[in-house]
Amino acid sequence: MTNHWIDIKNSDVILVMGSNAASNHPISMKWVQKAKDHGAKLISVDPRFTQTSAKADIYAPLRSGTDIAFLGGMIKYILDNNKYFADYVVNYTNAAFIVGDKFDFSDGLFAGYNAEKRAYDKALWAYKKDDKGIVAKDPSLKDPKSVFQLLKKHYDRYTPEKVSEITGTPVPDLMKVYEAYATTGVKDKAGTILYAMGWTQHTIGVQNIRAMSIIQLLCGNMGIAGGGVNALRGESNVQGSTDQALLFHILPGYLKAPVATQQTLEEYIAQSTPKSADPRSVNWWSNYPKYTVSLLKSFWGDKATKENGFGYAWLPKLDPGQNCSWLNLFDAMYDGKVKGFFSWGQNPACSGANANKTRKAMAKLDWLVNVNIFDNETGSFWKGPGMDPKKIKTEVFMLPAAASIEKEGSISNSGRWAQWRYKAVDAPGKAEPDGDIMYELMVKIKGLYKAGGKFPDPIMNLKWDYADEKGHFDAHRVAKAINGSFTQDVKIGDKQYKKGDQVPAFPLLQADGSTSCGNWIYCQSYNADGNNMARRKKDDPTGLGLFPGWSWAWPVNRRILYNRASVDLTGQPWNPARPVVKWADGKWVGDIPDGPAPPMADEKAGKYPFIMTAEGFGRLFGPGLNDGPFPEHYEPLECPVPKNLLSGQFVNPTIKIFKGEMDKHFTCDPRFPFVGTTYRVTEHWQTGIMTRWQSWLIEAQPQMFVEISHELAKLRGIKDGDKVKVSSARGELDCVAMVTTRFRPFQLGKLTVHEVGMPWCFGWITPKDGGESSNLLTPNVGDPNTMIPESKAFMVNVTKA
Amino acid sequence: MAEGYSILVDTSKCTACRGCQIACKQWNQLPGTKTQQLGTYENPKDLSFDTYKVVRYSEGANGDGKAYWNFFTEQCRHCLSPGCMAAAEKDEIVQDEKTGAVLFTPATKDLDFKATVEGCPYNVPRQNPKTKVLAKCTMCFDRITNNMIPACVKSCPTGAMAFGERDKVLDACKKRVEELKKTHPKAEAINPNDVRVIYIVTDDPKKYFKFAAGK
Repeated sequence: MTNHWIDIKNSDVILVMGSNAASNHPISMKWVQKAKDHGAKLISVDPRFTQTSAKADIYAPLRSGTDIAFLGGMIKYILDNNKYFADYVVNYTNAAFIVGDKFDFSDGLFAGYNAEKRAYDKALWAYKKDDKGIVAKDPSLKDPKSVFQLLKKHYDRYTPEKVSEITGTPVPDLMKVYEAYATTGVKDKAGTILYAMGWTQHTIGVQNIRAMSIIQLLCGNMGIAGGGVNALRGESNVQGSTDQALLFHILPGYLKAPVATQQTLEEYIAQSTPKSADPRSVNWWSNYPKYTVSLLKSFWGDKATKENGFGYAWLPKLDPGQNCSWLNLFDAMYDGKVKGFFSWGQNPACSGANANKTRKAMAKLDWLVNVNIFDNETGSFWKGPGMDPKKIKTEVFMLPAAASIEKEGSISNSGRWAQWRYKAVDAPGKAEPDGDIMYELMVKIKGLYKAGGKFPDPIMNLKWDYADEKGHFDAHRVAKAINGSFTQDVKIGDKQYKKGDQVPAFPLLQADGSTSCGNWIYCQSYNADGNNMARRKKDDPTGLGLFPGWSWAWPVNRRILYNRASVDLTGQPWNPARPVVKWADGKWVGDIPDGPAPPMADEKAGKYPFIMTAEGFGRLFGPGLNDGPFPEHYEPLECPVPKNLLSGQFVNPTIKIFKGEMDKHFTCDPRFPFVGTTYRVTEHWQTGIMTRWQSWLIEAQPQMFVEISHELAKLRGIKDGDKVKVSSARGELDCVAMVTTRFRPFQLGKLTVHEVGMPWCFGWITPKDGGESSNLLTPNVGDPNTMIPESKAFMVNVTKA
Repeated sequence: MAEGYSILVDTSKCTACRGCQIACKQWNQLPGTKTQQLGTYENPKDLSFDTYKVVRYSEGANGDGKAYWNFFTEQCRHCLSPGCMAAAEKDEIVQDEKTGAVLFTPATKDLDFKATVEGCPYNVPRQNPKTKVLAKCTMCFDRITNNMIPACVKSCPTGAMAFGERDKVLDACKKRVEELKKTHPKAEAINPNDVRVIYIVTDDPKKYFKFAAGK
C-alpha cells in the first residue's frame, strides 16, 4: 500500500476491483464503513456479485481478465471529459515529457518487439533528452509526442461500446463507475483502489495495476489522504517477506539480485544505480551504493572489506536472463534438475498453478523438507491421490514449526507497518520458531564446511551471531542487525557516532563500509530510541488516523508515500480539510515528508515529489516494464473469444509459454467452454492448511464448491447442491454446485459467455470428504514481469457428476 | 420490563464475515458439527443445541434486475415478553431482571419442547436429542455480568453489532433508521418494542430470512 488500512476512511470513492475485500480482508470493511458514514461511495467491479458487491453503492460485472479494457475505458472517459486534475498532471506527472522519435505503437505491439525472443528493446521507449541529459517537456501538453497526447491516442480506441463487448459489462454500468470515480479528479476529493490477487494473477497482472496507477495520477490521488494504490496483501506478513527479499530477483530492501556478468561490486552498482541530470530530481535510488555496501557488511561483518569488494564475490549470481520464479522452479524440478527442496510455511501441492505438475515434480526430488505447523498435501504428497509410494524415491523430512503466537518478532502489514509481537505461549512438543530452525541449520552447515567443501568463503565468513546466551535464535538481535549499526567511530556532520551504535535512520548509511544494515528501508526501526516497532502510542495529531507513535512504518515512519504530491507548488494542501503535510514557517508539518527540501515553487532548492523515480515525476508513461509503457488489453492465455477486439495481438506478446507434456492450454476449445476463476473464502486461510483442521471453520465452510449461474445450471441440467465435475486442460475435480444469481452470463456482442468460480482452500488431506484444490485446473503461465500465474482467468468445463 | 440491555444488529453494515458465528462457538465452547456443502454459503444449515447463532444468506434479483445478497445473523431475540416461557411451569426458563437476558436452565429437559418452540415467534429454541435439555443464545450472560460485551458483538469488524443499555440502543436504532431511509425508503427496525436483539434491515425482512420478523 502507498497508504495504509486506516486511511481508507479518508476516501470519497473506494473502488474495489481485483479484490473481494469483505470476504478476504474483513477488517478493511471497518474503514470502508467509516468512509461510507461520511458519504463515501463504494464501487465493486467483479465477475461475481460478492460480499463486497453486496455492500457497494455501484456494482459492475466484468469477465475475468479484461480489467485493462475496463480501466482503459476509464482513462479515455477522464481525458475526453476533462475530468483530470490538471495542475497535478502538469506539475507532478510525466504528462509533459516528450517521448523519443523511435517510440511507436501499432496493432497491439510497441516499438522494439522481437518475436523470436518474445521481448522488447526498451531503449526505443526512451524520453527525448537534450545535450545535458534533461528530458524535453511541453507543459502545454499539446505536443503530439508528449506523454499526455500519446496517452490520449493510446486509449482513444477504448470506447464504451468496444470495452463493453470485451468485458461483458453493460455500457450503463461502465458509465456509472467511470462517472463516480472521475469525481475524484479534483483537488479536494480522494479516490482509492483496493486490489488483491484478482489483479495480479494474470498474464497482464502488473499492467492491470499500472492502468490504475495512471488513473490515480490523472485524478491527483497519489500522495493524498484517502488515495493511493493499495494492494491488500494476502498474508499477514507477506509485505515483510518481500521487504526482506524472499524472492529470487531481489536482495533485502528491493536491491537487485546481481547477475553473473556483473563481475565486480563497481559494475553491479554502476548498472543498478539510476542517474538523473536534473538537479531538482531527488532520485532517491542514487543512494544505491550506500544500501548495497551496508547490506554486504551485515552479511559478512569484518570479513567484508573495501579490498574484497565487501564480499560481493560471495553473493550468488543469476545467469543473464535467468528467472528463478515459482513456475520456472517447478518446471526445472519436473525436469529432474532440482535435487532438494525446502518447502517452508507453504503448501505448493495445493497453492501452485497446475498443481498436478507440481505434485509430480516433487516425486523427482531426492529430498524434501516440509516446515509447517501441520501436515499438509506437500509433505504427504507421496501418499496423495494418483501416487504410488513404492515408486517415489523422495525422502521427506517434517520439521514442526511454531505458530505466530508461539514466537516473538515483527509482522509487516499491507500498510508497511512493522508491528512487534510478543510470544503468548510455548510451542507444543518439539516445534520450534522458524528463526531457530534456520539458525541451527546454518550452524550445522558451517560445521560441515569446516571439514571442507566447495567455495567455503560465503559460508565460513557469514556473520552468524543471532543467538542469545542460551543458544536460541534471538529476534531482537536480528531486528537490530536489520536496522544496522556503525562498524567504526565516525563523525557525520557535527555528530559523533561510536562503533556499535545503532544507525539512527537510513540517510546516515554509508558506502565506505562504516555502516552495516540488513535492510535499508527498515533502518530506524530499532535504533537508539529502542524497538520502534513495539511502540503502542495512540496519539493521532493530524486526525487522519496516521498514528505515528503506533508501531513503525517504512520508510522512516512515513505513513503516506509520495505525500509531497498532496500539496500545491507552495506546499499548501490541495485539500485543506485533509492535510497530510504542509509547508509552514520554513518546514514541513504533518506526516514525515518525502524529504526535507522546500516545495517546488522554490526554484533553487525545491524538489520534485516522486522521489523514487529517477526523473522525479509520477509515470503515466512507464518505460520500465517488459510488456510496454502503456497497459494494453490482451486476452488471457486461455480465453473464450476468437480474437482480441482491440488489436491483432491476441495474448500478451511477452509471456513465456511452457511447452512440456504437463503444460497444456486451450483457447476457444469446445471441450472447455466456460471461463473459470478462483478465489478465497473468509473461513479458510490460503490453501486451508491452518484452517481445515479447525472444527468451527470447517463446519462453516466444509467442502469444495463451484459457483455457477442459473442460466448455466439450466444448460447443463444441474441443480443447486448437485455433485458436479469441473475440468480443464490440466486436471479435474469434484465440486458441489452452488447455483446462484450472483454469477450472470456475459454478453459479448452476439456471444454469450458463462463464467464459474471456485475457492482454492481445499485439499485431500483433511477433511476426508472436503474435496481437492482448484489449482489442479489453473494454468502455469505467468505475467512477463513477475511470473505470477494466471490463476484468475482460464477455461473449464462443468458437467454433472 | 424495559430496562436492561439490548443488541443492535445493523444488517446494512454486515459483510457476512461470520466472525460472530465463530465467536459464539468459541466463547460457549460449542463443538463444530458435521456439515456438508449444500449449495450455499450458509452453514450449519440451522440453529441447534450446539449452534446458537447462524449467519443467514439470502440472494435474488430486485425488480430492476440487479442482484442482492442479504446477510442476517440469526439468534435469540431475548423478547421482553418471551413466548418460550409460556410453556414453562416453574423456573425452567428465566428472564434475568437486571440484564433482560432470557435464559434456559438445565430444567428445560422437563419442558414440552414442541410447545416451547411454538411459543417462540422466531423458531429459536433447540433440544439436545439425548439429554432433552434446551439451548439457545444466552446474550453471553456470563460475559455481560462481568463487564464484557457479548462475544459476537466483540468480534464484529464493521460495527454492524452494538451492545448497550436498552434506551441508548433504541436511540441509536431510531437515528440509524432515519439516516438509512434517505437512501433506502424501506429501512426499518424489526419489532424494536418487543425484542432486545433489534435488527435493522433496508428491505422486506423476508428477503433476509423467513423468520426475520417472526413466523
